[in-house]
Amino acid sequence: MGDEPLVRWHWLATHTDYLRGLLLDHAVIALLPVLIALAGAVPLGLVCARFPRLYQPLAAVFNVVYALPALAVFVVLIPYTGLATQATVMIPLTCYALAVLLPTTVDGLRAVPEPVRQAATALGYGPWRRLAAVELPAAVPYLVAGLRVAAVSSISLASVGALVGRGGLGYLFIDGFQRTFPTPIIAGIVLTAALALATDAVLLLARRVLAPWARREAVAGR
Amino acid sequence: MNWFSWLSTFFSAPDRQHGPDSIVHRVGEHLLLSGEALGLAVLLAVPLGLLLGYTGRAAGLVTALTGAARALPTLGLVTLAVLVAGVGDSAVLVPLVALAAPVLLVAACEGVRSTDPDLRDAARGIGLTHPQVLRQVCVPWALPALLAGLRTAAVQVIATATVAAYVGLGGLGRYVVDGLATRDFPQTFGGALLVVLLAVATQLLFALLNRFALPAGLRRSRG
Repeated sequence: MGDEPLVRWHWLATHTDYLRGLLLDHAVIALLPVLIALAGAVPLGLVCARFPRLYQPLAAVFNVVYALPALAVFVVLIPYTGLATQATVMIPLTCYALAVLLPTTVDGLRAVPEPVRQAATALGYGPWRRLAAVELPAAVPYLVAGLRVAAVSSISLASVGALVGRGGLGYLFIDGFQRTFPTPIIAGIVLTAALALATDAVLLLARRVLAPWARREAVAGR
Repeated sequence: MNWFSWLSTFFSAPDRQHGPDSIVHRVGEHLLLSGEALGLAVLLAVPLGLLLGYTGRAAGLVTALTGAARALPTLGLVTLAVLVAGVGDSAVLVPLVALAAPVLLVAACEGVRSTDPDLRDAARGIGLTHPQVLRQVCVPWALPALLAGLRTAAVQVIATATVAAYVGLGGLGRYVVDGLATRDFPQTFGGALLVVLLAVATQLLFALLNRFALPAGLRRSRG
């Protein structure tokens, strides 16, 4: 590396627009899949909580999906979705997020104590109203725990997408490595971690608003 | 989609059968690098995690640390490590260990912490010393959690070791990265498939291990 300093502040100062663009791209590529997965995990979780026989094979499948290396999956998708497209990176990220969110959703829905459920029925709640007023709120702490894991891993995984041409901040790693220039790499690491921490903070805030009772109860994530 | 023909092109190439670019050699490199990283992480994280879990100290810190470690992009760490320390296994080992160690730390810590307090009291009551309680009661109790952590760590390390090829190391990532660089899709595709197979095989191996490693007494009481 010679006498190249680890961080060139001048480069950072002259590239703020560039960095902001990559950060935004990264946020979309990494977090939109988590939202899509959430939209899928809730109905799927409801079905699975009702039919445990369906849940077991599904959980096994997602367990395997979660273990698939991201780079390999991106590559396998290229013939279908194209090189350097958002879909190539976002489809696998959606699957990873779903693999995290489905078990936590099911755990959350199952966490409602039977007496509570019966009390709701005794008060005259039908199945839908009970779902909306009792079961889903009870699942919120679990969902948030799952979302925290899913969002943070998605943000750090998305940068691998740079190797197939679409990785948001991950591009900075490629750029810095090819030019033996550590400043973009360090900027990329710091911005990725900052995005992850900011997302985590938003999720914690959401939990405090949606489920204030869960503040001190630790819910185990993955 | 002619990926069947791609795969046959990839697997039938003479380079795949012998020499430095053969599948056996690349799988060996991949497993060696992953094994080194995992072994180092186990040595660093498991004793510390067991101890922290037993004393019940710093559990919050451990969880926070893991969350922060998860947020670090490995591709960034790998490229930075190589720029700072030069190409070599040791430069890539640091990020891989940083990836695996927090997972193992939490697994060991939480596993020991979740030991039935009555069991610990009973063990103390019949005269076991603290190290004995840890070794004979808490560690067996924590074994399933530890194995689960080891599985997660192993799968993550194997997946990430693929990325190491980008900075010039061997392993199965070589096929993926070289194929991408030269637009040789059969090679990229075949390499990706091999990595997937290796990851799935690792999962299965740990599922088997989990079945046999659980102490008989716990197997009965936990169903």
